[in-house]
Amino acid sequence: MPFLEIKDIYKSFGRTEVLKGISFSLDEGEVISIIGSSGSGKTTLLRCLNFLETPDKGTISVGDMLLFDGENKAALKDEQIRENRLHFGLVFQSFNLFPQYSVLDNVTLAPKLLKKGSNEEIDKKARDLIEKVGLTEKIDSYPCQLSGGQQQRVAIARALAMNPDILCFDEPTSALDPELTGEVLRVIKDLKESGSTMIVVTHEMEFAKNVSDKIIFMADGVIEEMGTPEEIFENPKSEKTRNFLQNSLEKI
Amino acid sequence: MFIEVVINLFKNFLVTLQLFGFTLLFSLPLGLIISFGSMSRFKPLSFFVKIFVWIIRGTPLMLQLILFYFGPGLLVSAAETGGVDNAFIDFMRTLNMADPLVTAIIAFSINYACYFSEIFRGGIQGVPKGQQEAGEVLGLTKSQIFFKITLMQMIKRIVPPMSNEIITLVKDTSLARTITVYEIIWAAQDYIRVDGLLWPLFFTGVYYLAFSGLLTLLFNYIEKKLSYFKV
Repeated sequence: MPFLEIKDIYKSFGRTEVLKGISFSLDEGEVISIIGSSGSGKTTLLRCLNFLETPDKGTISVGDMLLFDGENKAALKDEQIRENRLHFGLVFQSFNLFPQYSVLDNVTLAPKLLKKGSNEEIDKKARDLIEKVGLTEKIDSYPCQLSGGQQQRVAIARALAMNPDILCFDEPTSALDPELTGEVLRVIKDLKESGSTMIVVTHEMEFAKNVSDKIIFMADGVIEEMGTPEEIFENPKSEKTRNFLQNSLEKI
Repeated sequence: MFIEVVINLFKNFLVTLQLFGFTLLFSLPLGLIISFGSMSRFKPLSFFVKIFVWIIRGTPLMLQLILFYFGPGLLVSAAETGGVDNAFIDFMRTLNMADPLVTAIIAFSINYACYFSEIFRGGIQGVPKGQQEAGEVLGLTKSQIFFKITLMQMIKRIVPPMSNEIITLVKDTSLARTITVYEIIWAAQDYIRVDGLLWPLFFTGVYYLAFSGLLTLLFNYIEKKLSYFKV
């Protein structure tokens, strides 16, 4: 039985159909990268998983729990949505750190407000996470004093502090200067080695190839092709996948 | 004589300060409630609130003061002539007996709350949506997100426009004398009428300047305190 199972997700904004029946599954400890051009629905899919958007149809289950069922979504209460969200963590393209809090407080804010343990336990865990992302010497700094890459690493620690089952990344390096992407990608790679289950929306093809167990190529709201990195990058079956890869790997 | 005038004016400036202090105390939370009302997704409510804000901001504060002071009495006498008597008229009767300072505080609070509400609305809507979403995906409730994440960033954004409004309020308090609140300007005018002294009227400016100077220092301090982060 897969760890995360997504079945037949549909989502429209007004009359624009963004997701047209997305299904895939993920085992514990697996990393999936979602690639595809802008507007293909990658970000919307991640936002549906984190309940920032409500799908029109489909189901989402984690483990043996059915978190979302499009059949009776009206019954979904705010509190249930908050519970559901805790299964997922989300790292945003634009970091979205809380500017008025120090690095440490950014990481501990949610666990403390939601009483996920004693303050000492939460602080200790936060310090460990901040060490893991290599920012111990910045622990009392404020976001405006950090580089983009450092901010994104704090955002990763903040997401991990809530112990999500599945960590989602929405183009984590797209807002970064090229020389800063490496430090963030390295952190994600380390997480894979320590067994985290992750879904990464990315434009970094090399990275997707190297860290993913599975690649999903999305186009026009559907999964055009899904497979191992070898299958997708070496032997793409679909014409669209081939074109996309050709364009994105093109050396200028 | 000089010392006596200075002390007497100061006593009446305390009335001004009372009006200022209580207005601020009531209008800040009321303004926040009004700003939530105008941002409500429940259309009839936001429509009603916007009409209310339009009326209050669109008419002179002096007119509102007069309405609050004389309106209840006019209603009561009209009702008595017409032989009407109910709980509402009874309520108007108590308002009619209210102290002018209390009436002024009510009218000022409502008026300033409407101005504040627009500043708050701008401040809240200016906080990037990503901040709220970051709170949401961490599983926080709406009120935790507002009080622990949005509020501080909003406060930082609104300090400059708020300091403008609050300093305007210091001087607007002199309008309260239209409904017989005996404050510093009125007291100074009495020196013209009774003693033929003109200088006390000009001297009132010293109190206003000193107090608004103090407020300016306070706002500078707050701005400096909040400069450790960027929004």
